[in-house]
Amino acid sequence: MKAMLKRLSLLAAALFVSTALHAEPVTGGRANVVIQPEPPSLMVGLVQNGPTQMVAGNIYEGLLRYDTDLKPMPQLAMSWEVSEDGLTYTFHLHENVKWHDGEPFTAADVVFSADVFLRETHPRLRASLEHMEEISTPDDHTVVFKLKQPFGPFIGIFEVGTMPMIPKHIYEGTDFANNPANNTPIGTGPFKFAEWEKGSHILLTKNEDYYEEGRPYLDEIYWHVIPDAASRAVAYETGVVDVLPGGSIENFDVQRIADMENTCITDKGWEYFGPHSWMWLNNREGPTSDVRFRKAVMYAMDREFARDALWNGLGKIANSPVSSSTRFHTDDVTEYAYDPDKARALLEEMGYDGTPVRLLPLPYGETWQRWAEAVKQNLDEVGIKVEIVATDVAGWNQKLAEWDYDIAFTYLYQYGDPALGVARSYVSTNIAKGSQWNNVEGYVNEDVDALFEQAAVAVTPEERQERYTKVQQVLTDEVPVAWLLELGFPTIYRCNVKDLVTTAIGVNDGFKDAYIEK
Amino acid sequence: MSDFWKRFSRNRGAVIGIVILAVVVLVAILAPMLFPQSPWRMVQRPFLPPLSMNQYLLGTDALGRDVLTGLAYGAQVSLLVGIVSTVAALLVGIPIGALAGYFGGAADDVLMRFTEFFQTVPSFALAIVLVAIFEPNIQSIIAAIAVVSWPPVARLVRGEVLSLRSREYIEAAILSGQTSAAIIWRQVLPNTLSPIIVLASLMVATAILLESSLSFLGLGDPNMMSWGYMIGAARTVIRQAWWLSFFPGVAILLTVLALNLIGEGLNDALNPRLARRGK
Repeated sequence: MKAMLKRLSLLAAALFVSTALHAEPVTGGRANVVIQPEPPSLMVGLVQNGPTQMVAGNIYEGLLRYDTDLKPMPQLAMSWEVSEDGLTYTFHLHENVKWHDGEPFTAADVVFSADVFLRETHPRLRASLEHMEEISTPDDHTVVFKLKQPFGPFIGIFEVGTMPMIPKHIYEGTDFANNPANNTPIGTGPFKFAEWEKGSHILLTKNEDYYEEGRPYLDEIYWHVIPDAASRAVAYETGVVDVLPGGSIENFDVQRIADMENTCITDKGWEYFGPHSWMWLNNREGPTSDVRFRKAVMYAMDREFARDALWNGLGKIANSPVSSSTRFHTDDVTEYAYDPDKARALLEEMGYDGTPVRLLPLPYGETWQRWAEAVKQNLDEVGIKVEIVATDVAGWNQKLAEWDYDIAFTYLYQYGDPALGVARSYVSTNIAKGSQWNNVEGYVNEDVDALFEQAAVAVTPEERQERYTKVQQVLTDEVPVAWLLELGFPTIYRCNVKDLVTTAIGVNDGFKDAYIEK
Repeated sequence: MSDFWKRFSRNRGAVIGIVILAVVVLVAILAPMLFPQSPWRMVQRPFLPPLSMNQYLLGTDALGRDVLTGLAYGAQVSLLVGIVSTVAALLVGIPIGALAGYFGGAADDVLMRFTEFFQTVPSFALAIVLVAIFEPNIQSIIAAIAVVSWPPVARLVRGEVLSLRSREYIEAAILSGQTSAAIIWRQVLPNTLSPIIVLASLMVATAILLESSLSFLGLGDPNMMSWGYMIGAARTVIRQAWWLSFFPGVAILLTVLALNLIGEGLNDALNPRLARRGK
């Protein structure tokens, strides 16, 4: 009650403030932010893991940004057109953009980045570029991408972590991975790299020559490297840091920190990634190869409890292989509410003989361990014997890549479009030992393969939707994997840090617009 | 026997120790009857404080699991690990110590250098490495604890055997033509028993601590509810839910304390001359 009153009064205060002196962004100030874990590198063209993208997204830029509904917004490209037949994408670039070292940014940099640099270093983008026929530059500030066939997701690949712009004048003709410039990243973004003391902090300073008038507002971003989760929470409590990006602190701490004075929390800013968690069910052998067993697993799990107890009620129950923040999601699918009796009936029907199954938790810390324990208990209660296998990250990778598991936790990003982040886990052409990012469960269904393939190249969104709806219905009927939650990663920040999370990648490119109210 | 008991009970601490240990053993044995539900079962809302519901006296943990049930099943794990790993360590340590002490010379050198090799590596670090190499499960944990705890046994037994080796009755046995094996087994070892028993009781305590530390670090058997696991899982929420780490902590403290008290009592009872010293 007290907390609610506090929230109400905060809300009232916020309303009052916003009507009284709305939206005159304040210039100046430093944002103190946690970065966890410390990134291996800030060269986002070479390394694309989470923390790298989070820091580098404010140094580098893509042609477009995306709002929280995944609608494209201008960034380095002021405007763009897509031809009627879906084959030609024309981008008009800002004209007065400079790299951080003063060189001008031109269409040649775009061609170099997409066609040369990233094609070599960025497997995820490379797969999308397969659909590209050629890339041309009618003039210094226009770029034209021509496709071999329509590819609906194409408009979604210009995000900074997917297609960051790399300076041609620095990298052309060099050994990309070993270029000394990797240690002092040069981008076009609102912030410049200033210093990086390993194990301590990364400092970015304002790009005074930024091409958008008035931006950015902040003088500095100071990323604190703090290896221990409890210490990160303390750093926020004591005022050392002002922003805790998603995943910075243990889930158990979130509520306590969020209840603090002048503290705001949002689970927005992850729409582009759409982190989707599920359990791989080995479709090849053992009880999990029986669809009735897989359905029983779905019915046996109390996912609502897991969300409320382990994820502070943030996130959504995943009812489909496509996240609800990803394009072409549908709710018109077979739903699996918590129903242990149904699970028991299904197990009875298939004649499950009590063969124990091995459950591999995700070795990403406490929440995941607890989650595995909760699922084990859920399954125990309907009569499925489960043994949790303890493992570290390396062991987990290896076991999945070698298909040596029965049930295994995971979560993957969807990158805004089913063709980019969903199809890979279900199409039979993507079954190969040695990777844990493909169709690890070994599910084979030609209809599903065909639907995914057609949907990717269909021209109109309506045609794509129709196929994706169908494929979601088939998949939820056959349960190749057991979907858990659309994860909600909360960004926690002082309420006077404004406009931090406004895009689909949140903090990753959010400091361009952010300002700190005094 | 009654003489032994009389000397043992003269040490009041030892009697208290026996009582505590008896309770722990009883709880461990009776756990399935006292708490028929699995300790992993989520029975109530998470973070229920102690004494707020009669049914769940000590409250519930982050997933709504009953802490009291967890403690009872944790006693099973602790005692199992403590006893089995100690027995295993004795089975390794006693023969090595006995052989080294009895034969002396080159055999002694080889065996003792081998023992020292294990002693120079910090035992906890070695245990972590062993458990991490072989996936954490109850067998690997017991094995790892046994591997790090046999060297003191070997050294102790060797020392005892060395001093017995030159006694007249051993020489008599040799002269009467008994084999070395028979002499070690029938004449020497029975006379080293008392210090071994005392040491063993302390080793059980150490093993319980080791298991708890491993589980605390997340290297416990993920399918067994142990006290160390409970504390490890509760560490991050210690400010919201103190009872989650407090009660298992008390359980470990009392059990280890009880074993140490018993060890001391045994020492008094089995080495009466030492015990009377200073009284």
